[in-house]
Amino acid sequence: MEHPNLSYINELSGGDEAFKNKLITIIKKEFPEEKDVYFKNFKAKNFKASAENVHKLKHKISILGLEESYKIAEDFEDNLKESNVSGYETFNEILQNITDYLETL
Amino acid sequence: MNCIIIDDEATARAIIAQLCSNIPSLNILEEFPNAIQAIKYLNQNEVDLIFLDIHMPDFTGFDFIQTLKNPPKIILTTSDAQFAIEAFEYDCIVDYLVKPIALPRFEKAIKKAESFVSTTSADADNDKVETTSGNDLYVNIDRRLIKIDIPSIYLIEAKGDYIHVKTEDKNYTVHSTLKKIEEKLPNDLFLKIHRSYVINVQKIIDIEDNSVLIKKDVIPVSRSNRPELMKRLNLL
Repeated sequence: MEHPNLSYINELSGGDEAFKNKLITIIKKEFPEEKDVYFKNFKAKNFKASAENVHKLKHKISILGLEESYKIAEDFEDNLKESNVSGYETFNEILQNITDYLETL
Repeated sequence: MNCIIIDDEATARAIIAQLCSNIPSLNILEEFPNAIQAIKYLNQNEVDLIFLDIHMPDFTGFDFIQTLKNPPKIILTTSDAQFAIEAFEYDCIVDYLVKPIALPRFEKAIKKAESFVSTTSADADNDKVETTSGNDLYVNIDRRLIKIDIPSIYLIEAKGDYIHVKTEDKNYTVHSTLKKIEEKLPNDLFLKIHRSYVINVQKIIDIEDNSVLIKKDVIPVSRSNRPELMKRLNLL
């Protein structure tokens, strides 16, 4: 699986370390919250809400440079909109990949 | 330009604020995690530009726009490109940015916003078709004479006391009549095909039964205007 990176955040910060750290702090706080809401909705079989959650999580996926994962998330979001859970396992792996990476920051 | 940011995602708000910090002409007044709070703010404060997320719980970006009587300029921010067509239905929407937003694309959107002509109904009270000069038509919008390149106009639609002038780049809402603007336009290029529509015949894509496809607009052709339209076509 592709590895998350900070290329976009570095480019955005333009060497502004304070902003970079601030953004990483926000992501480290917001990502687990969004992930929890997603799992809660998925377990409750509220797939429409889960699709909305995946939509939000996609932004974090793209910020962390995970291009392939982003495409997978897009397909999964579309599936969920039709109450189709195909792609669930793969999407969870993406979430775990990001979780592991954020712990290193 | 005084701006506000509306996005339920804190990460997105931080990124847009950072992008704004690169542009001295932008001044962020407030950030809002939902549209309801922003509406309350806008009832008491004037802003020039809104960065607006489309996907928000309960109240989408488009729902939000529809609540605004005189919307300021709006730049949509979203993770989806699929709403782009809907976005262009709104005259107040200047640009559509797909996340993650890079600085060069953001700067381009701001340039568009700075040159964008606001066409709110309040402005429209002062709008009139003024004069033509060669290939140009000047309209009075918000006490400024705005130049429109006549050949770039592809459609004019009458709506009540106003006309919507659609061009390749921008749309304008002007307090005037179809008859008045027709008098200012070259007859060889423009044709009234319905009591509410004048089109640029060179911009027609196709004609089907009683309608014309022009850009993305399907325009009805009235029975009485159809013969003149057919005369204008170089039919094989």
